Amino acid sequence: MGTIATTTGPAPAPSRVQVLLRRMRDGDEIAHLITLIFAASILVVTAALVYELWIHSAETRSQFGWKFLFTSTWDPINGIFGAWPYIYGTLVTTAVALVIAVPLGLGAAIFLSELAPPKISSSLSFVIDLLAAVPSVIYGVLAVFLLEPLMRSTIQPFLKHTLGFLPIFTGPAYGFGYLTAGIVLAIMTVPFIISVSREVLLAVPQDMREASLGLGATRWETTYKVVVVYARTGILGSIFLSMARALGETMAVTMVIGNVPKVSASLFAPGYSIAAVIANEFAEASAGLHLSALIELGLVLFFLTFILNGIARVMIVATSRRGAGASRQ
Amino acid sequence: MSLRMIWRKTVNVIMLSLTGLCALVTVSALFLILGCLAWKGASSIHWSFFTNLPAPVGETGGGIANAIVGTGKLLMLAALVGIPVGLLGAVYLAEFASSTSAFFVRYATDLLNGVPSIVIGIFAYTVVVIPMHHFSALAGGFALGVMMVPIILRSCEEFLRNVPRSLREGAMAVGASKWKTIATVVIPAASSGILTAILLSLARVAGETAPLVFTAFGNQFWPHGLNQPTAALPVVIYNYALSPYDDWHRQAWAAGLVLILLVVVTNLLTRLLLQRQAMARR
Amino acid sequence: MRQECPCGGNPKTMRKSLLALVLCLGLAGAMLAQSGSVQINAGGATFPTPMYTKWFSEYNKMHPNIQINYQSQGSGFGKAQLAAKSIDFGASDVPMTDDELSKAGFKILHFPTIMGADVPCYNIPGVTGTLNFTQKALAGIFLGTITKWNDPELAKANAGVKLPAEDIIVVHRSDGSGTTFIWTDFLSKISPEWKSKVGAGASPNWPVGLGGKGNEGVTGTVKQTPNSIGYVELIYAVQNNIPYGNVQNADGQFVKASLTSVSEAAAGAAKDMPDDFRVSITNAPGKGSYPVSSFTWLLIPAQIQDANKREAIKAFLKWMLVDGQKDVEALTYAKLPSNVVAKETKAIALVQ
Repeated sequence: MGTIATTTGPAPAPSRVQVLLRRMRDGDEIAHLITLIFAASILVVTAALVYELWIHSAETRSQFGWKFLFTSTWDPINGIFGAWPYIYGTLVTTAVALVIAVPLGLGAAIFLSELAPPKISSSLSFVIDLLAAVPSVIYGVLAVFLLEPLMRSTIQPFLKHTLGFLPIFTGPAYGFGYLTAGIVLAIMTVPFIISVSREVLLAVPQDMREASLGLGATRWETTYKVVVVYARTGILGSIFLSMARALGETMAVTMVIGNVPKVSASLFAPGYSIAAVIANEFAEASAGLHLSALIELGLVLFFLTFILNGIARVMIVATSRRGAGASRQ
Repeated sequence: MSLRMIWRKTVNVIMLSLTGLCALVTVSALFLILGCLAWKGASSIHWSFFTNLPAPVGETGGGIANAIVGTGKLLMLAALVGIPVGLLGAVYLAEFASSTSAFFVRYATDLLNGVPSIVIGIFAYTVVVIPMHHFSALAGGFALGVMMVPIILRSCEEFLRNVPRSLREGAMAVGASKWKTIATVVIPAASSGILTAILLSLARVAGETAPLVFTAFGNQFWPHGLNQPTAALPVVIYNYALSPYDDWHRQAWAAGLVLILLVVVTNLLTRLLLQRQAMARR
Repeated sequence: MRQECPCGGNPKTMRKSLLALVLCLGLAGAMLAQSGSVQINAGGATFPTPMYTKWFSEYNKMHPNIQINYQSQGSGFGKAQLAAKSIDFGASDVPMTDDELSKAGFKILHFPTIMGADVPCYNIPGVTGTLNFTQKALAGIFLGTITKWNDPELAKANAGVKLPAEDIIVVHRSDGSGTTFIWTDFLSKISPEWKSKVGAGASPNWPVGLGGKGNEGVTGTVKQTPNSIGYVELIYAVQNNIPYGNVQNADGQFVKASLTSVSEAAAGAAKDMPDDFRVSITNAPGKGSYPVSSFTWLLIPAQIQDANKREAIKAFLKWMLVDGQKDVEALTYAKLPSNVVAKETKAIALVQ
């Protein structure tokens, strides 16, 4: 009687390929892979964006170097490019916008977080979010047809009359210019300051307010001496965030800034911003130095917003962590 | 009551009313904008406005039909790019990612979110228009899609994370694998949130003009196919507003009204959707 | 407890059907490209835009399968994008220089289409009549040396008109413009100071003024800014009821822009039209000639690969030279002189 070969020993260990195939049939690995690919594509796109900006601006970067940022001539015909008037215009309009928007926005945020009952606060916040959703070109249309005549006929002459001794309020009242662009930007950035500041203020622990009130402070004193001070990093973060948005704002600014690449001390004077010149000149820039200069401007804008956004995020996260640490509810 | 006390109380009242005034000013700005657009634009809204093609320069009677179709096409293309990347990226972050890869993906997303729209337009120009050698709806749609990704991703991730653990654990307890859980339980549970994120991002990019100016170019006629230039609503508004023709100004106001109604209605709709879901949860 | 899916129905099939819908729409969109319809993309000068858009619209009505999409973005745009080959043909009021032509890397032909005029249009509250602008006055205003409307240089040519003591607000172009080239070419010819300080060009370094995009933008800005002055093509001032002034020509006469004055300016050049049609007619001699006149050109590549587009463009050019010229005068442009038309008709054969 021969031995019946019943047992053949333990089954041979599955090869690596077989293991992989089995795991893939499970579906989880596929899902992981697919979602990973899509998430990684974001990294690829972002890297590609920086890369494209970098290589397409190579010509002017190598020709002008750092001088590009500080020269004032912009002469496509003779091939001399300097970004200073645009950087100046961008900074000035943003500064004007912040001077108007920060007090207004902070005041509204304080009202919404400290004073208003929760239901009113959330409905009003919704309305303010709607303001943030209004397209830029519509702000531009309103600025060209309503704000500009108002500036030219009423506001600028008034400022000239009362504060005309200041160098920022001299010169003819064009209607178009830094001041008008700054005011439009202010209206556009206020909603961002309000929404971020409101959240930051709401994250301040209630105990701090109660402690202050318990010591006999008025509501206002509690607000500005305790709550705002506690949340000041976050509020500063919201200001940086709105600054980053204002820097990149294109359409509304292009329509009212006057489109003149000059640096002027007066706010009434026409000027130019980085985003505006790119929007106006990009399509007609023949490949070569002109296009490279415009793309380098885009690179400058990218870095400015990148840095500001980075700082803002760190500040806001820092404040919300602090607040979340202490008990609130 | 001492003088100092009276002073403090007065300051309190004044400053608090000032903050209320700030809030009032900001809120009324929106109503002012809507009111202006309605007042100046409503009179030009009639059927032919929506169905006519633009008339030659200087003649009256043109319409924005091709701009509306063009915007629709661009949004469709943008959705094709933005929704898969945004949604699946959010699923990755919420379900699969380790903390290092999550950090990088989130960082890139936030970076992309902060990039000014005109720079994204430059990117689309270098990546789509230059190789293709002409302007097209594809280039414009790509630019808008890239802008949509961060918006969809951040909101969807939050909604996905908010799905209660009990649901996931319940599904796994009956033997569903991870991807089955995600596909059949988590995503449907977050579906109204995901829908709102998609709608809001579409409404947001519908109004973007800057990236379209040198990608989609513009078209006097009906846009044929996807690789020809196309008119778009915000670009038409921009061009008409800067022109000297009164008829074009009227059309710009009317088109602006159409655009802002689109945005407002979308926002209201999404808020309603979210409230309904919140109530259903309770 | 299983939560009700708010969307109702089986989510997997819903997602599948949604995906299918999106794909269908995408394919539908792609397939909307009708075979047989020829879509030609062009862009460039704003100077002739009212004429071109009218022509392309008329031509499309006669030949519904040919769509010529013209985008009015400025001569700079027309030249640059044609050189980059992102449009099928361009339009410019300033001929391409030899340098630009060699940089493009392929042969580009110039075809004049119409003649027009740059006029100084202004918006002065209370002044509705036609002002006379001496050559010195125009140079001074745009150089920024003459700053008020009641300056003696302006007053002495306009006895009887009450000019206000207000600042002159100059409006120029912010984009690369053939209209600007025509205007600065004229100023360079009449003012040595302008020639040395600024010179002729499509994007000069303006001493003063606001920038507007396109002829449309300049007209729009002048229309809504009191005490402003700008330079625009005649049709823009006419269509928008903006007053425009008489310009002093080479013979010292104050001439108003019109069909006759522009045609007279072109008369001399037409006789000696070069083969490539590139010529400037600013500050032309002649008692009645308008000094700021110009041809405007279509920039057509000499070699067009796509047979459908090539035939369509050539057919359009033939139509433009005969039937198209009939619509020209209604829009205040001047017709091409007959010998130029003959020369051009022969040149169409060069497009292959």
